Amino acid sequence: MSLFPIRTTKFKTPVATLAIAAAVSTLLATAALAAATEADFKAAYAAAEAANKQAGDLRDQWTTTKTELDAAKKAADSGNFDQAVASAKEAEALAKASIYQATSEKDAWKALEIH
Amino acid sequence: MSVQSAIRLASTAASVAVAALCLIGPSVRAADKVDPAADAKAFQKYFTNKFPQLKLKDFVNGPYSLNEDMRKQWEEKEEFPPYEFAREAGKEMFTKPFKNGKSYADCFPNGGIGIRQNYPYFDEKEGKVVTLELALNQCREANGEAPISYVKDDMAALTAYMAYTSRGKPFDIKIPDDPRALQAFEDGKRYFYTRRGQLNFSCASCHVQNAGQRIRAEILAPALGILNAMPIYRSEWGGMGTTSRRFITCNIQTRGVPLEPQSDEYRNLEYYLSYVSNGLPISGPGARP
Repeated sequence: MSLFPIRTTKFKTPVATLAIAAAVSTLLATAALAAATEADFKAAYAAAEAANKQAGDLRDQWTTTKTELDAAKKAADSGNFDQAVASAKEAEALAKASIYQATSEKDAWKALEIH
Repeated sequence: MSVQSAIRLASTAASVAVAALCLIGPSVRAADKVDPAADAKAFQKYFTNKFPQLKLKDFVNGPYSLNEDMRKQWEEKEEFPPYEFAREAGKEMFTKPFKNGKSYADCFPNGGIGIRQNYPYFDEKEGKVVTLELALNQCREANGEAPISYVKDDMAALTAYMAYTSRGKPFDIKIPDDPRALQAFEDGKRYFYTRRGQLNFSCASCHVQNAGQRIRAEILAPALGILNAMPIYRSEWGGMGTTSRRFITCNIQTRGVPLEPQSDEYRNLEYYLSYVSNGLPISGPGARP
């Protein structure tokens, strides 16, 4: 006999429900992650392209951003939208870093000037 | 006039004054602060202090002047220099008339001979810096010829020949008393010191702060005198390259997307780097590892 018969009985259903819910959520999340759509790719790619264009306006694009954009497009062309989204997000992160660099360097360059 | 109207009028006048100051501010500030002569003096002093064993004129030989073994290699190379074919081809191209009967010589002072040391210059009519490479293509276009690539082959050959006719002549870059010229110099300086690319390097990161150090197998050349040897034959390229090619390659090496050849930024950079090397002799065409 359990020391906590009532509690065990009381919590049996909620615990099981939680466990099932967690398992279902995990499955759903995995399914969602594994099934990026073309629309997801298009949105991620557009965001990356916009950031890279901004970097271009600042005359400070990075070659690695373009590499990731190309990789995203290639993956999308082959139907691998998970990879396409991942590459597009990487491209966006790189583009944003280049924007940060260009912005901070507007004044920072003076620190290294020979006087 | 009511008090409210007076305040509104004063407020508008103040806004207009502030806007006007904002508009004229940068050029006034640039004209006030930019001192190319002082910059060049400090630049040369930095390098002569950093490399006290070198004579000023030796800086035009880049890494070859910093290392005894490499200097010997260079002296051997100079017996049968790898840029020789380009120089000869350049001479042939330079003297060959265009379809209209004119030639490059008609576009330049002194027929284009012994003038390399005066480029780039600031064209007050255009309000921009004109490099030798740009002037060569302007000459072609003015005579009905198609422009040629700025980065290699024909352009490198032409500039190799022209540099050769100026060998030993000191860089003599002029900055006229024109706020636009001073701004171009300042913009070139800013480009030189600005970090870019994923590796977060500026031109100065390698050629000022780490000049003389190795980056992998290569010895980084000092920025002082670096353009005096242009164009160059680079073993790494397996051929000749122009100043444009050099700038583009540097950008790519830092994982930055290069600008278009002869963009304003590159022209201004060349203006700045050439001016701070005033007084050092032209040694181009050159050879580099």
